[in-house]
Amino acid sequence: MGEFTVHRVRFFDHTPAAVRALAFHGGSERLALARADGAVELFNFNDNYFQEKVIPGQDGRTVEALCWVGQRLFAAGLNGEITEYDLENLKPSYTVEAYGGPVWTISANSQGSLLAAGCEDGTVKMFEILEKKIQFQRNLDRQKGRIVSLSWHPTGSLIAAGLMDMIRIFDAETGRATHRLLVDRGVGTSKSQEVVVWSVLFLSDQTIISGDSAGKVQIWDGHTGTLVRTHLVSKWDVLALAVSKEEDSVIAGTSEGTIIQFQFLSSTVAQQEKEWIRTRTFKNHSHDVRALVHTETAVVSGGMDTQLVVRPLLDKVEKNTMESSLRKIAFPHRSLVCCAKKAGLLLFQFPEHLELWRLGEGEGHGRAGDSLPVKRKPEKLIHLKRKGDDQICCSALSPCGGWMSYSTVSSVRLYRIQYDDNNISITKVSKLPKSLCSVHRLCFSPDSSKLFAASSHSSVVVVALNQSECKHLSTLKPKSGSRQPVHLLVASEDGKWLAAANTACEVHVYNLHTMKLHCTVPVFRSCPTAIGINPVTSNLVSVHADQQIFEFSLGQKEYTEWSRKLQKQGLHSLWLQRDTPVTHVTFNPRNPAHILLHDTFMFCIIDQSLPLPEAKSPLYNQMMLRSLPEAERVQHSHAFKISKNFQHLLCVSLLEDLSLVVVERPLLDIMSQLPAPVRQKKFAT
Amino acid sequence: MVEHGDVRVVHRGGSKINFREPVISNDSSFLLCASGDCVKVFSTATEECVHDLRGHSGLVTGVRLRPSNHLQVYSCSLDGTVRLWDFTDGILIKTYVIGYPIYSIYTSANHEGVIFIVTAKSDQGSELFQLVAVQLRQCAEQVVEAREFSAVLPDVTSKPAAIDFGRGGEYIASVKAQQLEVFFFKKQKSYRFFLREDNKKGGKNTFTCVVCHPKDDCIATGHEDGKIRLWRNFNQKKEYTYSTMHWHHGAVGSLCFTPEGTNLLSGGVESVLVQWRYNQESEKDFLPRLGAAITHIVVSPDGALFCTSHSDNKITIIQSCVKVSAVIQGLVNGDGVRTDLMVDPHSKAMVLNGKPGHLQFYSLQRDKLLYNLDIVQQEYIHEEGLQQFEVVKAAFTSSGDWLATVEERQQKSADLELNLKLWAFDEQTQSFVLNTTISAPHEARITAMCFCHAAGSQTTMLVSTSKDGHFKAWQLAEAAHTQDEGSSSSWSCDFVGSYHGLVPESCCFSADGSLLAVSFQEVVTVWSPSSWELLTTLSQPPGAIRHLCFGRLSCSKYLLGATDNSLLCCWNLLTCSLEWSTAMATSLLLVDPLSENIAAFCYQAGSTDLFVFKPNEPRPLFSQKAVCSGKVNRAVFAPREEMLESCEESSQWLNRSQLYFLTPYMDLMTFSTKAEEDKLMASSKQLVIDDSIAMTPFSLLLGKHRQQQENQDPLSVLSAERSPLPQGSAAIKELLQTPAHVLPSTSFLCSLFVQSLLISVTDSREEDKHVEEEMESDKENSDEEMESGTSRPEAGSVVDQYVHAADRPLTKAQIREVRRVKKLDQGWMSNILDT
Repeated sequence: MGEFTVHRVRFFDHTPAAVRALAFHGGSERLALARADGAVELFNFNDNYFQEKVIPGQDGRTVEALCWVGQRLFAAGLNGEITEYDLENLKPSYTVEAYGGPVWTISANSQGSLLAAGCEDGTVKMFEILEKKIQFQRNLDRQKGRIVSLSWHPTGSLIAAGLMDMIRIFDAETGRATHRLLVDRGVGTSKSQEVVVWSVLFLSDQTIISGDSAGKVQIWDGHTGTLVRTHLVSKWDVLALAVSKEEDSVIAGTSEGTIIQFQFLSSTVAQQEKEWIRTRTFKNHSHDVRALVHTETAVVSGGMDTQLVVRPLLDKVEKNTMESSLRKIAFPHRSLVCCAKKAGLLLFQFPEHLELWRLGEGEGHGRAGDSLPVKRKPEKLIHLKRKGDDQICCSALSPCGGWMSYSTVSSVRLYRIQYDDNNISITKVSKLPKSLCSVHRLCFSPDSSKLFAASSHSSVVVVALNQSECKHLSTLKPKSGSRQPVHLLVASEDGKWLAAANTACEVHVYNLHTMKLHCTVPVFRSCPTAIGINPVTSNLVSVHADQQIFEFSLGQKEYTEWSRKLQKQGLHSLWLQRDTPVTHVTFNPRNPAHILLHDTFMFCIIDQSLPLPEAKSPLYNQMMLRSLPEAERVQHSHAFKISKNFQHLLCVSLLEDLSLVVVERPLLDIMSQLPAPVRQKKFAT
Repeated sequence: MVEHGDVRVVHRGGSKINFREPVISNDSSFLLCASGDCVKVFSTATEECVHDLRGHSGLVTGVRLRPSNHLQVYSCSLDGTVRLWDFTDGILIKTYVIGYPIYSIYTSANHEGVIFIVTAKSDQGSELFQLVAVQLRQCAEQVVEAREFSAVLPDVTSKPAAIDFGRGGEYIASVKAQQLEVFFFKKQKSYRFFLREDNKKGGKNTFTCVVCHPKDDCIATGHEDGKIRLWRNFNQKKEYTYSTMHWHHGAVGSLCFTPEGTNLLSGGVESVLVQWRYNQESEKDFLPRLGAAITHIVVSPDGALFCTSHSDNKITIIQSCVKVSAVIQGLVNGDGVRTDLMVDPHSKAMVLNGKPGHLQFYSLQRDKLLYNLDIVQQEYIHEEGLQQFEVVKAAFTSSGDWLATVEERQQKSADLELNLKLWAFDEQTQSFVLNTTISAPHEARITAMCFCHAAGSQTTMLVSTSKDGHFKAWQLAEAAHTQDEGSSSSWSCDFVGSYHGLVPESCCFSADGSLLAVSFQEVVTVWSPSSWELLTTLSQPPGAIRHLCFGRLSCSKYLLGATDNSLLCCWNLLTCSLEWSTAMATSLLLVDPLSENIAAFCYQAGSTDLFVFKPNEPRPLFSQKAVCSGKVNRAVFAPREEMLESCEESSQWLNRSQLYFLTPYMDLMTFSTKAEEDKLMASSKQLVIDDSIAMTPFSLLLGKHRQQQENQDPLSVLSAERSPLPQGSAAIKELLQTPAHVLPSTSFLCSLFVQSLLISVTDSREEDKHVEEEMESDKENSDEEMESGTSRPEAGSVVDQYVHAADRPLTKAQIREVRRVKKLDQGWMSNILDT
């Protein structure tokens, strides 16, 4: 495997924001997730829950509710605006002011023609969904107190709204309230507090299910407006409800972090009459469950503890498959860390600012596993706050450490950094080419002479960097005409090749000498999560969301022999069962046969010169190999050398002096920064 | 070795009543539970045992009501038979011979003429069990061979709680380890659901019990980690679902739905009965402080009574989940008896560990717990794994005036807490009162303790031996300087003895109290308690002496000792030499206090043999191989109330006292002779007829009346009522035995007597009328007394029963009652009784 000096970096204070809203699009199996800082993430459930796109948030714009209408995604927040997102350019396409104070909830009818928004002032506002925009249509009867939750009847003729202390049913045609369902307040001290109906569901058989701040899940008959049954499920709030497509299962998320499932079951086997019965309880969150989605096979939940949890319903999936395992998505699937290999600098990207750190230095030598004494401590060089309201969406640091760049939805900024002894000066490059706007991905060439910026429609803008000026060199465009954004951009060490991968699973390789498209890697069904170009052999290695690995020879424009062998033999089942994507691919310049990759929980070196692991042999065999005598090691070793010494990895990079930089972010550190959860009585305390 | 056909090891008294779940009769008036080899019928109102259903020759392993006739009950036993009883009359109706040991029995209303039994799979030994359905043929014979089996479930556990029938008997649910299996009879299809062995939090998912909802398709299962799961939609392989309720912190011992299915009851080691609302599981009611871990819960068919069995051999009857209305307490068998078995000289009750921290006084004659004496006097915490004070030794003086107890608590291995308590018998309260507490009487565990048995001696002396190498003598000393003379005496240490630093193992006083023998490893030292002089040492190395005892009566010159390398030695104290010794792995040596007999239990090859011998005779009086499997460590000779006259040589040793012993499984066994059994059978027959009617004071008297018709045709009860009393019948006996001064006038009696001799040919109504008139006059005579007589039947009913059994004359009030009953028109009553 080789020995490395490892910089174990734990000073990247990356803390994701709490999950605020979830919306699932059944047709394309995509989940939209809104965080408390206003960022919206899109996950592709068909492609191993890969985080395809991230739309950065904006200051002063929180997202309270998300709603899919066809392929269009709408969001509403407490700033009183309804936003539609441009999913190709990863930015809000337009916003519409609702004029009703903060918007708590939005909901579209099943036909996709109307969008209802519940506002602070007690109105339900109906917007007509037109092509390219939405238009205010009218208000429903105004109520006292804010509208916290909304739910359309599947036919679209009725709409239920959860308010303070009550639920109202409106006729969507006339706008008149037809029923008023009074919700009981909690007992004891909370009697004086008004109860908030956090969530309401309108089922096709006119059953209304509500979850409220008194911890009740109530089932109402919508025909008569009467209460059918009350389930007290929590001492605190029931914050979210979700129903399955078949309407035979409802889940409720509580402040205690539990999710309670209710199922529509007949009490005896043969009988047709069914009732809602509380069945399972899931506890996968430590904090409030703020948002829930009931897919056909799983319960998807998110909340204050910032994790997205996919809990498969074991009665709907095959046992012991990929689908049946619980998934917790805690870290972003894109890189937030940029490493200047030559200078030994690290750039950390936060939504609000950038941090530039110089790595520390150790001294002496030790045996494997020893920690060396630190001669010089790591040092924070620059703390750069962003300008404007928009959050940073991408950033890059040149390998020499002399250039730094970041981009927001609206603008790109480039900085020149100069180091003289202990003084660091940073100057903004004022004149940038016009073509640099709305950039999704930034990358410097290895010799720091060029900046590559992935722009709209999968195009890549090449900018030549100079001490004096920045000049637009060329715009590289793929032939496919794909409109999807580029999410991976990598340049080869020799400066000849540039590879760009987009969310349509295409990988385009450009020849930087000719500034032309060199070739397009055959499109695989799964999105690439990391790509890298071997500096010696010029082979493009791509790792995909379904954990497949390909090696594509750029010279021959075909898959290499090793890649074919790997596909023929198939990857080890344990490798395929890992649930976090590989986020970096790098190479060892000393040994071109070594590919270094990592995901959140492991770091792996693939040695292409060794045989591939057999299906029955153990994949994680480093410990075992160490115990064997030298002679026997050879016959047991295989290409995949995996180390689990480092956990919660955000970045692994190889510096020029062949020391390894490992950026860790322990989950416990994130947990310790969260606010305390609601108090719960624990047994024997 | 001679096999003694007439002496048999039996369960008699003190058997477990919590072994299987009890059954409540349809009218909630009777509670039936398996107890040893018989089924006991208790009255739910009075807690009294109404009668035993005797007939099985093995352990009864299940009792179920017959669904088609709620006055009949099936019982199954390890003897391979299923018996059908009429439990109100205590009559055995039918015996179905199955031929294999039966571990539990189930009935279902939906399956007419079929019972379900659990038997061991015949080929693979006793590890695997199967549930089979047995077709019961309709026929007139008493004993029926039932061999038409059909297997239902191939792999079940023998625990009865692990199987239950679902709504209307449509399906059957069975749990084993981590698997729930539901078998649908109509489809003949079974579904299996598995749980993971251990979930991540370390809780154990093993099923402990299962119960089905009576109206809905819902199965409730209890688990090792205290969870209760409610399973639904179990008629499909995948889309089944369950909800989890978790309150118990220990394993769920038992579950039960109320008859309408509105509530679910659960209980476990916490000794709390939890009542869950079905479909409203967040609301629950508790009935705490039930005393011991709950092992079974049963609800009466009308839902009014709950009944819980507890691990301390107790059945509690609870009215509507709020009030404990009755407690039926059997012999408390905890997890282990650490004291010796003793007999309290005052109450003649057997004394041993009872509830945690208590000594129980159990009357063997009446098979009833008398009372528990709180020794530790500390709150017991119901949780597993806690070290709490336990009573480990107890001893009585021969007169029963003093009781010495030792309690200990061992936390870890370091600090041992010891208390020696001495209790004086209080004549007024008829119980023991704490006199002296000696904390830390020794530095290490006390190995043996005995009182000086001398009847005539002035001082009472207690000797305790301990692992710390000392033996101490404790004496009751009068404290002179205190004013209050009455309560001034207390116990103090009189002498501390040791022998070469060896650890004393056992001690024993001779019958006259003049000698004390203490064994130190392989040396027996003999001391004089009056001067504390070491008289002599006896030894028979190698092998440390474990048990010591002096012979009694004519054999009091002998000292017997059993060593741990299987040698039984007998020394003659006059010559100070070994009289005889024999190789015998003695686990217990016991002296009969009323005779010279000595019983030795010998553990050999996995089972225990018994030898009864006299020290001066070479041949044992009695010997029986393999009285039980495992080692017997506790036994006692209990003096009989009246001497048995048995002429057979082999059973003569049982004449004066009865030998009881505890098996390793905490079953109390005894030896019974044929003569005794016959007598018992006869008396139980008698009892059966007495109690053919529900236990009300009224019926008691009525039953007495009916007793007279015993010999007559049972079918014609009506005519029997009118028929004249036969010569020498009980009623006439009663009249003759009643003291003269309480009898009515002779003229009145004469006419009655003469009338009783007449052969009745007249219409019964006339006779009735006649009696009626006479009664009228009688009533006028003593109106006052009548009232006092009628006002106390409730309290008297219990007494009456015993009066009956003892065949004593009736009191005056009762005779009046009899007459008054006769006077009443009984037509309606006899009609009911006939049907």
